[in-house]
Amino acid sequence: MIDVQRLRRSFGPVVAVDDIVFKVQKGDVLGFLGPNGAGKSTAMKMLACFLKPDSGTATICGHDIITDPIGVRQSIGYLAENAPSYNEMTVGGFLNFVCDARMIHGQARKKALDRVVPLCSIESVYHQTIETLSKGYRRRVGLAQALIHDPQVLILDEPTDGLDPNQKFEVRKLINGMAKDKCIIVSTHILEEVEQICTRTIIIARGKILVDSTPQALIEKHKCSLDEVFRKITSTKKTA
Amino acid sequence: MNGFLSVFKRELKGYFATPVAYVFLVIFLFFAGYLPFKDGFFEIRQAELRLFFQSLPLLFIFMVPAAAMRLWAEERKNGSIELLLTLPITINQAVLGKFFAAWGFLGIALLLTFPLPATVYYLGHPDTGLIITGYIGSFLLAGTFLAIGSFFSAVTKNQVVSFILSGAACGILVYAGMPTTVNYLSTMLPANVVALIEMMSIQSHFDSILRGVLEVKDIAYFIILIVAWIGACTVVLEERKAA
Repeated sequence: MIDVQRLRRSFGPVVAVDDIVFKVQKGDVLGFLGPNGAGKSTAMKMLACFLKPDSGTATICGHDIITDPIGVRQSIGYLAENAPSYNEMTVGGFLNFVCDARMIHGQARKKALDRVVPLCSIESVYHQTIETLSKGYRRRVGLAQALIHDPQVLILDEPTDGLDPNQKFEVRKLINGMAKDKCIIVSTHILEEVEQICTRTIIIARGKILVDSTPQALIEKHKCSLDEVFRKITSTKKTA
Repeated sequence: MNGFLSVFKRELKGYFATPVAYVFLVIFLFFAGYLPFKDGFFEIRQAELRLFFQSLPLLFIFMVPAAAMRLWAEERKNGSIELLLTLPITINQAVLGKFFAAWGFLGIALLLTFPLPATVYYLGHPDTGLIITGYIGSFLLAGTFLAIGSFFSAVTKNQVVSFILSGAACGILVYAGMPTTVNYLSTMLPANVVALIEMMSIQSHFDSILRGVLEVKDIAYFIILIVAWIGACTVVLEERKAA
């Protein structure tokens, strides 16, 4: 459902994403790993059609990110890093705005809200303004926003960052629950998370894909924990 | 179209969800009432709003950039632009949605000056046509300054910088046509250059609308400025949204 073809993007002299190629099928949960500044967020921003690639392209659910960005945006749910939203709005107002923008009206909107609000457990803060919420709640509101149109493809940039252990567990459970009929890309720094939720993992450093495998295969191949595998791969490649 | 409407609705509501709208309206209405009276609104003993409309360009130099500075600067600063532009909304729809919401808000502010026309109608028999063209001209003027403001708001992430730059740009457009500026310029520039500068300033076009003549060239002047600055805003935003 996601087909990335030689995507490349640089910022001035720095190549943030360098010719990456991969495919993700329905039912896959792809873990996007890499050290800080590896290009994870840049790659995700390009898939969400926020940034234009310098070269290469990708298709998501049959829509090309360059020729049909609106089609892509309609079919994906995207949670940006730090889950940005409008601070002065209430949670309800914000979700209604997203429904407006996504053309979910009337009965369908009521159904979507009834589904997504308990799913992300934000009932208790529904009438609060977003600026009064804690980091964890804000992220859950961001997640609700990404899920409201029940998209086929989910792109989540560090969805569990800043959540407490209980909330992390909840979000992982949520992702696992949706995994089988969606196609999900998750970026994270937490490697145990990858073991728990991802069926595939891509390790990316300095814009290049170093490994495209499954967490289990990596652990078996290197015979150590995923933590050590990550360190081995990303640090040896740096000195080489 | 739907993208436009959703942004428009959210923005317009957003003004009233924060103190921005109320602070703006109170200050604007105070000065919109104070300036004409200072210039002798009653003393001239004429049932007309000329003094009120003439004070607006000066007031708008400060007030409109204040309303426009947050449009994109705030959005870029707190990252919500990444949310907005990953929804199925095109950049044009977002720019226009925000612009028209802010313009609508300024329209509301202008409508709330109704006690002034009410006063002249109570005291005498003003020329209704002049009042209507005056309001049309003021609304176009507000839109022009707003387009300039939204461009500078897209240029920088810093609201203060955006306010100062757009205030300066609007000021130049107004002051280029003031008699004092024109006199000064004519001491050192050839006459046709001075005439050109005067023609490009807001003042001459605004004045002729205030005289009650709605000419295509004056309306076109404002529309062209609005379209050009909004177009520039879209281009800059496309370029800088992620920076």
